[in-house]
Amino acid sequence: MSDTTTLIRENAFVKLLNILADMVSRPSGLVGLSLVGFHIVLAIVSPAIVPYDYRVMDSLAILSGPSAEHWLGTDNLGRDILTRTMLGGQQALLVTSIGTVIAIAWGGMLGVMLGLIGGWLENLVMRLVDAFLAIPWILFLLLIVSVVGLGNAVLIPTLAFFYGIPVVRMSRAATHDVVALDYITAARARGESRITIVIKELLPNVLDVLLVEAAMRWSWMLLAFSSLSFLGFGVTPPTADWGLMIAGARSFMSFAPWAVLAPVVALSSLIIGINLSADALAKALGIDRAQKAPL
Amino acid sequence: MMMNDPLIQVKDLSVGFTNRAGDTLPILRNIDLSLHKGDTIGLVGESGCGKSTLALAMMGYLKTGLRVLDGESDFKGHDVFGLDHHALEDIRGGELALIPQNAGQSLTPTMRIGQQINEALMLHTSLSKSQWRERSIEVLTQVRLPEPEVLFDRYPHELSGGQQQRVAIAMALAGEPDVLLLDEPTTGLDVTTQAHVLELLSGLAAETGMAMVYVSHDLGAIARICDTVVVMYAGEIVLSGTARQVLKHPDHPYARGLLSSIPRLKEAVVPASMPGQPPAPGGAGNGCGFVDRCPLAEQLCHDERPLLEPGAGSEMVRCHFHESLEQLPPPEPPKRPERANLEGADSILQLEDVAISYHEPGFFENILGLESMVPPTVDRVNLTIRKGETIGLVGESGSGKSTILRAIAGLKAPLKGSIKFESTENLNVSVDHRAKDTLRRIQLIFQNPDSSLNPRQTVGEILTQPLKLYFGLQGEELRERIEALLNRVRLRVDYIGRLPSQLSGGEKQRVAVARAFAAEPDLVLCDEVTSALDVSVQAAVLELLTELQAEQDTTYIYVSHDLSVVRAVSDRVAVLYQGRLCEIGPAEKVYSLPSHPYTEALLGAVLEPDPDIKPNLVTEDIVELSPPPSGCPFQRRCSRRIGEVCDRETPPWQSTGQGHVIACHIPLDELQVMQKQTDMSPATLVGDKTGLLIT
Amino acid sequence: MIKLFLQRIVLGLLTLVFVSGIVFVAVEALPGDACTAYLGRMAKGTRLENCRRDFGIERPALTRYAEWTLGTLQGDFGMSLSRDKPISDIIGTRLRNTLILGLSATLIGVPLAIFLGIIAGLWRDRPLDLWISTIAIFAMTIPEFVSSTLLILVFSVWLGWLPGIVTTPPNAPLTEFLSDIILPIIALALVMTAHILRMVRTSVIDVMGSDYVQMARLKGVPYWRMVFRHVLPNALLPTINLVALTIAWLLGGVVVIEVVFNYPGLGRLTIDAISDRDLALVQAIALVLAAVYIGLNLFADLLTLIVNPRLRTMRH
Repeated sequence: MSDTTTLIRENAFVKLLNILADMVSRPSGLVGLSLVGFHIVLAIVSPAIVPYDYRVMDSLAILSGPSAEHWLGTDNLGRDILTRTMLGGQQALLVTSIGTVIAIAWGGMLGVMLGLIGGWLENLVMRLVDAFLAIPWILFLLLIVSVVGLGNAVLIPTLAFFYGIPVVRMSRAATHDVVALDYITAARARGESRITIVIKELLPNVLDVLLVEAAMRWSWMLLAFSSLSFLGFGVTPPTADWGLMIAGARSFMSFAPWAVLAPVVALSSLIIGINLSADALAKALGIDRAQKAPL
Repeated sequence: MMMNDPLIQVKDLSVGFTNRAGDTLPILRNIDLSLHKGDTIGLVGESGCGKSTLALAMMGYLKTGLRVLDGESDFKGHDVFGLDHHALEDIRGGELALIPQNAGQSLTPTMRIGQQINEALMLHTSLSKSQWRERSIEVLTQVRLPEPEVLFDRYPHELSGGQQQRVAIAMALAGEPDVLLLDEPTTGLDVTTQAHVLELLSGLAAETGMAMVYVSHDLGAIARICDTVVVMYAGEIVLSGTARQVLKHPDHPYARGLLSSIPRLKEAVVPASMPGQPPAPGGAGNGCGFVDRCPLAEQLCHDERPLLEPGAGSEMVRCHFHESLEQLPPPEPPKRPERANLEGADSILQLEDVAISYHEPGFFENILGLESMVPPTVDRVNLTIRKGETIGLVGESGSGKSTILRAIAGLKAPLKGSIKFESTENLNVSVDHRAKDTLRRIQLIFQNPDSSLNPRQTVGEILTQPLKLYFGLQGEELRERIEALLNRVRLRVDYIGRLPSQLSGGEKQRVAVARAFAAEPDLVLCDEVTSALDVSVQAAVLELLTELQAEQDTTYIYVSHDLSVVRAVSDRVAVLYQGRLCEIGPAEKVYSLPSHPYTEALLGAVLEPDPDIKPNLVTEDIVELSPPPSGCPFQRRCSRRIGEVCDRETPPWQSTGQGHVIACHIPLDELQVMQKQTDMSPATLVGDKTGLLIT
Repeated sequence: MIKLFLQRIVLGLLTLVFVSGIVFVAVEALPGDACTAYLGRMAKGTRLENCRRDFGIERPALTRYAEWTLGTLQGDFGMSLSRDKPISDIIGTRLRNTLILGLSATLIGVPLAIFLGIIAGLWRDRPLDLWISTIAIFAMTIPEFVSSTLLILVFSVWLGWLPGIVTTPPNAPLTEFLSDIILPIIALALVMTAHILRMVRTSVIDVMGSDYVQMARLKGVPYWRMVFRHVLPNALLPTINLVALTIAWLLGGVVVIEVVFNYPGLGRLTIDAISDRDLALVQAIALVLAAVYIGLNLFADLLTLIVNPRLRTMRH
């Protein structure tokens, strides 16, 4: 049996390796993946290797510049900036990666369903989606967070909901492109059930688009998460978080620029890494329309 | 420059690209060709043989990634690859003009027709700005476009395909070229339009003395236009000579195979197919490019590449053994399986007074319960299909042939009438409401396997779907059945793990055929199943279909615009125009007189790969966008129209016996006399007006 | 075409109605109401009751929704709880300030983006393109609060050229904003340029590969004439809608930029309103911003209808 499946089915693992190999062969992919990988590893191992406790205030070294004890200096409360920067991505990565998976799952699924079913239901839902898109996301996020309260239990579903909305739109469009093709007509004429058509025929073809979308959404969500923290609606102090650190260090950046620069570099490098990876992924999957092979 | 110097002289030209592995792969190999004033050369070959690349190379243009490996291509004595861009811009569109394959996509969508022709005038003539409009209208008239003043201000998308093609021709003529390069200029046009455009082109060539290079896979079109024919295979010239010589006595095994794989209008047999498939571009080895498919191949052919040398007549041949070709028996067409007597066969499918409409009733129509004012796309279709027969449905684009198939398959519900399967089962319901066994017994094969096979599924997965759905097969049993199916469509068993993108066009279509036959169907609906394939591959697929039919007593409904293919496979033929039946009957009766005037027009427009057979154009090539509200569907284009009655009354069905019926107001004996007369007279161009009727 | 025109306008209005519904429902669905939110811990006893009576919160939701929308149509958004002033008075000048910021950034960003996008597209995969594209990725991905912070650090802290924080009152005449507004505009224009540039680049590359551009070259059309006559009209047409969508979408980012620079626009008002838990004010801002978004998209739709010959000449 296993022999049959390996021959009949495309080997997903081999395919994944091929995509990764293709991504790494492009400079943008190599840089992007390394940055993302570095940040993920850092977020996991940091708690074990950081030099200080992120909460400990050293009253003797307030706003001290980079030194042998504090490689990146200290902030206005005398906390070690290196420690806080290393830990500062943990919450962001955790919240946004879970949020992205949920957003892509519900948005992608709904979009595919709508694209397949069509009719008045599709029209109605798309009107709603348009209406949601018309309201600035940050306003909604702020409202919910301010009324319901802070914390990951609120942030994750809220981010996942709002970032799933554009995914609905995108996956519906991708589905429309596929539904018009004869192999879907063939499956319908054969009498396949809707579920089979979605799972066997549609999803594999929409998946590439969804993957690239996921990478893009992840970076947007990270941006939103950090903006919320920055505005004081995300993570609560004294948690180490880049957005929060930048907000706090802004007031004294004229005489302690290192306190701002460290989290700025960390956050930017992660987001750029995700974006470079997304670009390379799109090219590896042949989605980037600009990337047409000459022959 | 001397009078007799060639306009274009290609000298030992090789063009190629470098692949990812760093190897240089040639896609044109040592081409030698010259074109003199007044010459018309046809470049023929199957897709990927390099013919378009060669034509574009004559203009000094290579697609991205390609480069000249060796040799040169001269225009009026100068190598076009050595010219600077100013000189090239002067030549292109001026002395050397191109008519592209897909005019619809080759006209800039944001520029009016007039602006685009004016641009050619500005760049390549000395006319002053005030004269442009006048001259533009002149060339538009020259290509026989109606109302050129109106067209001048139109955008490309407002024109029909035939009109766009004529605009492209006009644009090329505007620069008063010495040489016209035509890259498949009629591919994608309807048969009657194609015939008209070709007549126009051969007329222009005669009028102006322009030299032409005509690139096409269609030997019928080449036969209409060209004096000289050059046959290409795997990037090289394998045969060149006069059209008559090449088309009637092909001296190269490839050309011979190619010609015998073309179905002929006069022969009711599936043509002989050629084994194998051409090498991938750049994939030909050291020996003869055709060696893998050649019946004459010997060790020498694998080792040494033959030279282009004089053949028995005036032609040049690239073959080690062209002298012994004569002794080879002509390719044998596959024996047509003995047809059972279908006279008394039970009916498998009955269509009674079927009408299908794509019009969605509007708000007021719904409220007032009005009958729709828009005539349905398909109407008054009565057809009984007998078990085991092949019925051909022919007509041009928009004739409703595919719509009827969709209704039978349950993808589009008919507006009225009834469709019955085996006289009991009601097929008016959509797929969702059909019994699984009914679904299994009716299968559909599509035109283009590129879109009918899921690119993400392997051949094994594709074939698993019907086997699992209809028979619930699993495991070892499933695998055995898949292997049996692959054997039956003559694909290797190890194709089971391949993706469609790893197969050639013909192989993909075999997979599609296998998928349909996996269901062990009784009725197979074939929608233009070979029109996306090369002729040599087409013959093999047709052969496969007839074999499978003989084994399983399957019934086919075979939809095609190609009358020769339909002739080759069908027992009976039904002709459709604008969704209405014009003529039904046994194939041999439909293809002989008397015919419905529309059938007559279609048959007259068929291009045979024989320079001695001229098309017989009896109607204008007007594109109609919707059927007339009453009367005969063909009333607006009919050359035999007798008056008001054609517009007012639905024509009666007249019988000639043996189940052959024609829907026409003209008594059949009169019709036959009229048609015999036209048949005798030489080719005439009836319609110079190409209009777009908007109703 | 007039039919299409009207269709788009009706669709836009319909979306706005949906928005008002969503905003209203969202506020209703949150725990508590305007009074409990505003009063916070003091939301007890008579104070709460008085407040609820003043604002008519006890009445059914549908009645209040009807009243609210009807009022909105007349430009009356009700009273702000926290400021005790009509909301329309508060929003007016703030909207003006935000629009100035957005408009200036658009006027700088869009032409720049189109220019650079065309350059990158025409010189695809050459060093120039790689530079432009790489910088665009940076500009596009760095969060607005980071780029704003960096801008302040460089131009006001280190160089001291421009003020880092706006101190002008919201209702001051435009002329007084001139020096305050430069850094916010740059911050906003940076993101905008990067996004649009990438779209234009892709579109140009697509069109360069089309059959009609190949035909134009084979017709002997000189390169720059080809670019201006055959490539650009076709490449820029489809970007009109995308540009509008991007600008509108970036309006969300204005909130952050305004906070960083302490710029007295609608964005900062949003944060203040949310901090004060002034739900009526939040509702009004959401509606106004959505209207701007819908208006922008509608404008792009109509513009496309006018300039795209394929749509313009549609007969029906």
